Amino acid sequence: MILFLLKGLLRDPSRSVFPVITVTVGVMLTVVLQSWISGLQGELVKSSARFSTGHVKVTTRAYALEEDQLPNDLALLGVDSLVRTLRERFPGLLWSPRIRFGGLLDIPDSSGETRAQGPVAGFAVDLMSADSPDLRMLNLGQAVVRGALPTRRGEALLSDELARRLGVGIGETATLIGATRHGSLTTANFTVSGTVRFGLTVLDRGTIIADLSDVQSALDMDDAAGEVFGFFADDLYRDDIATRTANAFNALVPGKSDEFAPVMVTMRNQAGLGQILDVWEYLTGILVAIFIVVMSIVLWNAGLMASLRRYGEIGMRLALGEARGRIYRAMLAESLMIGIMGSALGTAAGIGVAYYLQETGIEIGSMMKNASIMLANVLRARVTAVSYVIGFVPGLCATLLGTSIAGIGIYRRQTAQLAKELQS
Amino acid sequence: MRILVAIVCFASLGLAQTPPGEAILKRVDQNMDSDTKVSVGQMRVKERREVRTIRMKSWLKGMTSSFTEFLDPPREKGTKMLKLDNQLWTYTPSTDRTILISGHMLRQSVMGSDLSYQDLLEDPKLVPAYEPAVVGEEVLQERPCWVLSLTSRGGDVAYHSRKIWVDKERFLVMKEDRFARSGKLLKTTLVNKVALVNGKWVSSEIEVKDALKTGGGTEFILEEVQFNVDIPDHFFTKAALRR
Repeated sequence: MILFLLKGLLRDPSRSVFPVITVTVGVMLTVVLQSWISGLQGELVKSSARFSTGHVKVTTRAYALEEDQLPNDLALLGVDSLVRTLRERFPGLLWSPRIRFGGLLDIPDSSGETRAQGPVAGFAVDLMSADSPDLRMLNLGQAVVRGALPTRRGEALLSDELARRLGVGIGETATLIGATRHGSLTTANFTVSGTVRFGLTVLDRGTIIADLSDVQSALDMDDAAGEVFGFFADDLYRDDIATRTANAFNALVPGKSDEFAPVMVTMRNQAGLGQILDVWEYLTGILVAIFIVVMSIVLWNAGLMASLRRYGEIGMRLALGEARGRIYRAMLAESLMIGIMGSALGTAAGIGVAYYLQETGIEIGSMMKNASIMLANVLRARVTAVSYVIGFVPGLCATLLGTSIAGIGIYRRQTAQLAKELQS
Repeated sequence: MRILVAIVCFASLGLAQTPPGEAILKRVDQNMDSDTKVSVGQMRVKERREVRTIRMKSWLKGMTSSFTEFLDPPREKGTKMLKLDNQLWTYTPSTDRTILISGHMLRQSVMGSDLSYQDLLEDPKLVPAYEPAVVGEEVLQERPCWVLSLTSRGGDVAYHSRKIWVDKERFLVMKEDRFARSGKLLKTTLVNKVALVNGKWVSSEIEVKDALKTGGGTEFILEEVQFNVDIPDHFFTKAALRR
């Protein structure tokens, strides 16, 4: 029966070509858009984890409440001991104490007077320890544009754009003007060892990266850090493990009412990231639903046209005594085959386009000049396992739905009228 | 009718005894005036986690020039500040850099205290900047005080309005609330102790609280003060910061 129907479809292209093209185009668009959203989502998660949230993060309770202000006066104290504990109890994650800070970068002239000045966002990470995960997590080696990574105390990296704007070269001195954890104005001299570019506008505008111990000294934060980031070693976020880790850590911490007690938060529960990811999940669902509805309407229309064209054929089959249900099921089976063909072709085409977008990406740097979101300048699609199957959902649903609606007409045919209809 | 007349007469008598706000404010300004002043004091900054004590020595010339050197804690020792008219520089020995405090840096607190650099730059003379109005009388720390409401005359001031409590006899500001244009309270000052030095009343313990900051406020304690001391002119130059 299936072979019979398949031969019918292949030998009569007018029954299959238009529906297959419709399904192919719809499925291709679904696959490309799903891959694109997946790429954006992956990029946001990766960038946020590396620079802003970690996969989990430990701060004081008070810091967590005002985190967007980078309140280093509420930083964790006794960080060395805390990090040791975290490494012992949760060895599955890589732990990295960090300080994020803001300030002004002042470039002196030969007489020590200000030559250029600009605002900076600062990251203090462990650049000197051999077992520090930060070099890999921040991808610093590949981000270097000029010069080299710091190898000595007192050296720092500047974002390349900032260094060019301030006219500061490799080996020159830059003075950080910031605030200590007590709120006092502080200044600290750094030697520029290199410049970096991350491909993230929000960071490339004006960033200084220095060794944790230098910044601790500059900001009067000895054995203190604003945050301790935890990363899964394979750089893939898993919410279930992160949640279990956070719950286990928080259960260990006594003094729930102490605002300076440490608290661990998962990436999903930071900076509204969970809501953003949820919205994107909904968007993907809505996208697929829209394609199902639109394609169903198109295919319903195609089914109606086919019914009109096959009006005589169906009438003849009914007149010969073929049951309405059998004809209806045969049409559904035909549409299923069309759906499978269209979905397969659409998925193949969609995956091809998505791979192209994954490799080349689309440059949006010019649109991100004032952005504050951690999103790369080049947006890329990401082909995942879901990309290979998601197109079949609208592809099959739409064809079956379209045909099932159009096929209802079969049941409206009056047997008594068939002879007259066939004569005419 | 007789009662009404009596009330009016009594009220007139009361008003007659109240000097106009301008006159009170002039006396307050005069009280602060001195050719030169050298003082040693400390700030006790009550943070959310701890209390920090910072000691400093200041040299003042008139109302517009001042030089401050921080003496303690060791981390801040040697840090200096120079104010000349409406410009303020700070020098940190560890970086050997002299930085002009300007723009948004002016809003930053001085050594983490409840005072901002902007507060330091404010002209302490009130008459030129504010329109005063006497709004009442109150007894504060057993001292009878005039209560004055000051509204900016429209110049460049950090606080649009202030409410001050002025000791009727010593013409010292005993308490002060500073407000933004919106009416939001920004800062409060309370004098807890006064001292008579060379025939001049000075506030020797002041509590300042930035209403927008968490923490317990900052206490300023005057340890010693000398008036009309000979201070060489080179003190009030940028070169003095690096000495």
